[in-house]
Amino acid sequence: MSNAKPKVAFYWCSSCGGCEESIVDLAEDILKVVAAVDIVFWPVALDFKKKDVEAMPDGSIAVSFINGAVRLSEQEEMVKLLRRKSQLVVAHGACSHLGGIPGLGNFWNKETIFRRAYHTTPSTQNPDKIVPLEKTVLDGKELTLPRFFDTVYALNQVIDVDYYLPGCAPPRDLILSAVGAILEGKLPAKGAVLSPNKSLCDDCDRNDSKPEKLVIKEIKRPWEIMLDPEKCFLAQGVICMGPATRTGCNERCIEANMPCRGCFGPTDQVHDQGAKFLSALASILDTNDEKEIDKIVQSISDPAGTFYRFSLPTSILQRRRMEAIK
Amino acid sequence: MSNGTFEPRLVGFLCNWCSYTGADLAGTARMIYAPNVRIIRVMCSGRVDPQFVLKAFKEGADGVLISGCHPGDCHYKEGNYKALRRYKLLLKMLDQFGIEKERFRLEWVSAAEGVKFQHVCNEFTEQVRKLGPLYLSKNGGKHEQREA
Repeated sequence: MSNAKPKVAFYWCSSCGGCEESIVDLAEDILKVVAAVDIVFWPVALDFKKKDVEAMPDGSIAVSFINGAVRLSEQEEMVKLLRRKSQLVVAHGACSHLGGIPGLGNFWNKETIFRRAYHTTPSTQNPDKIVPLEKTVLDGKELTLPRFFDTVYALNQVIDVDYYLPGCAPPRDLILSAVGAILEGKLPAKGAVLSPNKSLCDDCDRNDSKPEKLVIKEIKRPWEIMLDPEKCFLAQGVICMGPATRTGCNERCIEANMPCRGCFGPTDQVHDQGAKFLSALASILDTNDEKEIDKIVQSISDPAGTFYRFSLPTSILQRRRMEAIK
Repeated sequence: MSNGTFEPRLVGFLCNWCSYTGADLAGTARMIYAPNVRIIRVMCSGRVDPQFVLKAFKEGADGVLISGCHPGDCHYKEGNYKALRRYKLLLKMLDQFGIEKERFRLEWVSAAEGVKFQHVCNEFTEQVRKLGPLYLSKNGGKHEQREA
């Protein structure tokens, strides 16, 4: 068995499938990965079942790449199983790293999400008011569905996580270098985010266009103005999460002339990406007049959803107060 | 809560140059006021990172006070204006987290205004007392009971 290839598993939780796509996007490089490892579990692509994983000895999988946030009891059960069977667990992508877009569900709870999804959306026709139940008895047989939590969790809030691959979805070069580092055993200290520990602005091509003193008189949303393809977004009055976001993404959004939305999460020095960005943005608002400040603050329509677009479950407050949800 | 009334836990970030000195004046003048504000001295109200405020709420504060020099009086010229801008934006964001605006307060208290500090503490304590406890740590994150 000494020449056995390391075993690798991939799993998805509450996610869009983009992180699975990021593996497929390795294109011909995936062949090198496949040549070096044995993929033992990958529900989206290969026909292995939960019982196959259960039959493996504990710790027999070299590394599990898990994407998606944890929102259902089934996901919790699967990630705990994979944790037991794996030597390393890598949180793959923004949702498992930070909570991601599904994490915005933490402004609501199960009841309000179900009410919206199964009753009040304009396109819903549900006269019998049918909602998914954890237990249903049909023809004398009991059918079960996983529990839907009130709160969305990042992976490290449910199991121990060794490394984080940031991004929505993680870019190809970061995945390849992570896989390479694992195969060669050249990994950094446990808990590291596998991307450079500095802010996006540090690497941004538009940094030179930033004025000496960066100030904003008026906040604009990207669709409200013609975006200058060379100028710093903040200097144009458009919210760009760059100052509070980790770099390593190769500025995919910036190059498509769209401001950063923060999917890489904060750098190691920051606990709370949203609060830190709020701090930076408020600092550069160009007025000391209380009425004018009120006016600018009014014009930011959804500060929490914008500043915590990818990181709500791992933020300090984690969610909206349950008592405040009606 | 020993006598049945709810005693709010309040955290106050006070700037070194004006508000902390104002609070000190209230103390040395032996003014009597609600003891609910736990004071943390910072060099400037502009030093108060919004993360401090969120952490205070998360760790059990029922209300948070930031207090600095009056506009135009900041020892660092503009720190209190920065605090004002952050306060306004944070106030709006806290509402989205279900934290009432009455739980978060910004006040200008000069080094001579011991009486104003006394009033602010009394008023803020009563205001938060009416709202009741925040109970933040009960829900969310690792503390929620996932299994029924």
